[in-house]
Amino acid sequence: MIILFISFMTLIPFLGFSPYIMRIMILSGIYIILALSLNLLTGFTGIVCLGHAAFYGIGAYTSALLAIHFDLSFVFTAIAGGVVAAFFGLLLGLPTLRLNGTYLSMVTLGFCEIVRLVGLNWMSLTRGPMGLTGIPFPKILGWVIDRDAEYFYLVLILIIMTWVILNNLIQSRAGIALIAIREDEVAAEAMGINILKYKVLAFAISAFFAGIAGSFYAHYASFINPQSFTFDESIQILSMVILGGMGSNLGVALGAIVLVSVPEMLRGLQEYRMLIYGAVLVIMMLTRPQGILGNPKALKIPRNN
Amino acid sequence: MHKLQIQGLTKRFGGLTAVNNIDLHMDDNEIIGLIGPNGAGKTTLFNMITGMYIPTSGKLFYQGQDITGIKPYKITDIGIARTFQNIRLFLMMTVLENVLIGLHTRTNTNLFDAITKNKRYRNEEKTSHKRAIEILEMVGLKERKDEYSKNLSYGEQRKLEIARAMASNPGILLLDEPAAGMNDNETAELTRFIKTLKNFGLTVLLIEHDMRLVMNICERIYVFDHGSKIAEGSPKEIQKNQQVIEAYLGKGA
Ligand SMILES: Nc1ncnc2c1ncn2[C@@H]1O[C@H](COP(=O)(O)OP(=O)(O)OP(=O)(O)O)[C@@H](O)[C@H]1O
Ligand SMILES: [Mg+2]
Repeated sequence: MIILFISFMTLIPFLGFSPYIMRIMILSGIYIILALSLNLLTGFTGIVCLGHAAFYGIGAYTSALLAIHFDLSFVFTAIAGGVVAAFFGLLLGLPTLRLNGTYLSMVTLGFCEIVRLVGLNWMSLTRGPMGLTGIPFPKILGWVIDRDAEYFYLVLILIIMTWVILNNLIQSRAGIALIAIREDEVAAEAMGINILKYKVLAFAISAFFAGIAGSFYAHYASFINPQSFTFDESIQILSMVILGGMGSNLGVALGAIVLVSVPEMLRGLQEYRMLIYGAVLVIMMLTRPQGILGNPKALKIPRNN
Repeated sequence: MHKLQIQGLTKRFGGLTAVNNIDLHMDDNEIIGLIGPNGAGKTTLFNMITGMYIPTSGKLFYQGQDITGIKPYKITDIGIARTFQNIRLFLMMTVLENVLIGLHTRTNTNLFDAITKNKRYRNEEKTSHKRAIEILEMVGLKERKDEYSKNLSYGEQRKLEIARAMASNPGILLLDEPAAGMNDNETAELTRFIKTLKNFGLTVLLIEHDMRLVMNICERIYVFDHGSKIAEGSPKEIQKNQQVIEAYLGKGA
């Protein structure tokens, strides 16, 4: 089943899709990684993060700067992007010691704004609103990626890696500890789970993969500026997770594909596009609040105290 | 050296003294009862033993080690596990998963093991699964292992909470009103079950309003009223104690 799916995916670039369609598929790929990574934090651990775009941006800038100034391999720049993002994830995870729920979400929102403002104003490093141009093509062991088909394969490989790692993690002792924290923090701690440690871990891992997605995006777009990593972007990623179904990796991947491609399909309708898009989201949430593939029982957890 | 020793433990909430200068001790393999009217401070004492509340004053020792003010997750690791008066299961998880979480402190695969699913990970997964099933068998919930815990009956949920606490292989098990909301049959079954815990070598501190249950299984009983300890002794002594009778029935009874 999985092998069938992967072989089908490897065939896609040979099916003669237009560059436009290829581009939408590659973008969907980036958002699948973003949605999967946010799902760890929001879907499984229960932390609503409004600052995911900041990790995405940090990964993109780290990777772009390393590639521009030092001409390093993509393998290195992507990992560096992930690691730097993870470091900020770790820092952002620390307030969870004192904050919870909405208050914590506000902190993540503030973080997103700070990162954007630093990006806009640290002219010597980021060139501010002018952004970074001429980001080189990704290079892996001497192989230069410059065609759509190659980008497609690269993002496919990244998705599979992200998927396997996050899935294995969720099934492990650490994964069920995260779900326990989402379900009932007091009971989780009474079971011997170090809440702070696991929340910080969830932030760091989530940020790591968002950073990797950012690296890919930077090399793929070859141009980035702080406008690509705003609060709107965070909301977009969060919508994918909620629409797809919190806590379901397959669901949020679908959510990412839907939310990238539907607005494109509606492009012909011009200004009505966003209206319809918004209406679809509202109707979806009213009729299926758990998302496309989310567990119907996962919402409205009854509290018995 | 006692298994658990509590010295002069006090907890104040603003002007209210919920627990007042309590001394208490437990030895290995004892089943001790903790009774008292509503608001006597029983649950507050549990919350201090498990690190959820920091005592205003006084000390707690577990096997001679000072555990006052230690974080709840470390207390579980050290060997004290509890259930909650208002059941706190992971409702969206299966019965088996609830017990697996109880095994958290007794397992140790790290992230690398988990991501690579290496041999160490697979071995541990196998042994924890086996252990979880064993525990479920003890409480009679083995057949229900794949059920979401929110679909269990009230009595079953109480038992699952005990199973989850037992999974951490505790030196002391704290049970907060395990029979609350159970019918007579379920209570009788629970009584038998708690007795078998003693055979498994467990040490139990039990809060319970069901007097028959307490008198039936506890070797010693502590009685609280308005935060203070008003009596301690064998079930027989407690039943005859004038102060206890007054606390429960009012003065002049
Ligand atoms: N977190 C808290 N903040 C303020 N007051 C509290 C808190 N926890 C407990 N109390 C108060 O402390 C007193 C003792 O409460 P506790 O829950 O320990 O009683 P209990 O003996 O367990 O009673 P019950 O049999 O009803 O469960 C009560 O007056 C209660 O209102
Ligand atoms: Mg109580």
